[in-house]
Amino acid sequence: MSLRSPLGRVLGLGSAKDGTDHWWAQRVSAVALLILGGWFGYSLIRLDSQTYLDVVRFIGQPLNAVLLALLSMTLAYHSYLGVQVVIEDYVHAPGTKVVSLLLSRFAHVFVAIAAVYAILVIGIGR
Amino acid sequence: MVVRVRIRPDMAIGRRAVAASISEEEAIIMSNSGRPLSPHLTIYRWPITMVLSILHRMTGVAMSIGLIVLAAWLMQTAAGPEAHLRFTYMMSTIVGQLLLIGWSFAFFFHAANGIRHLVWDTGRGFDKRQADRSAWFVVVFAVVVTAAFWWAAS
Repeated sequence: MSLRSPLGRVLGLGSAKDGTDHWWAQRVSAVALLILGGWFGYSLIRLDSQTYLDVVRFIGQPLNAVLLALLSMTLAYHSYLGVQVVIEDYVHAPGTKVVSLLLSRFAHVFVAIAAVYAILVIGIGR
Repeated sequence: MVVRVRIRPDMAIGRRAVAASISEEEAIIMSNSGRPLSPHLTIYRWPITMVLSILHRMTGVAMSIGLIVLAAWLMQTAAGPEAHLRFTYMMSTIVGQLLLIGWSFAFFFHAANGIRHLVWDTGRGFDKRQADRSAWFVVVFAVVVTAAFWWAAS
């Protein structure tokens, strides 16, 4: 048990060090996703069919591959930022919270890498 | 909700010791201790703005799960024609189609409501009637664009 008052413990520590970074990153990725998501929706409509050959031909176009990789990474980033806030809002037990945040980060990085790797494989071939 | 309280030695000393050593976890336990609360969420008729606020979060979480399916689509395509066919077959079932329609609605809704949030960020549109009107616009927009998207894609 500490005899220091709650005020004494936080004095001199400065701010939470985080400032508006999270908020701003969420907005920037949101704007990027409006553009990339719009492009993706339009491309899905333009795609002749969802068959293997058409999908491979679509991703085989370099510009499409780059935009799709950007979309996947930005989606994962924006999704991570959002899920982080949801966890922080609803999961309060310190242990569960840290584990949930860790798992969320790992899952998002995994999904982003998987998507980008798959795009490279389709675009360049094995 | 079941709350388990760990009894620590210093808790036995008295109220003052407990209060001085309170942790974040214990503060939450205390706030759930059954003391009377002001009426909130459960008793009010939900205004449309409140519905959209929670829907924004729900569609966001839904798309976080959808992101896994998007990555699976790419991975299965990278794996070859058979894997790709297995994926498109799964998505062509009724459950798969309903999920895809749900995710497309989630996207258009979250995007439109996201623009609403970006406008709010500039300090505009907070008036109660404006917020109600933009809320209904977002709902109608999302439904119409989702329908148009599936009509155009078919």
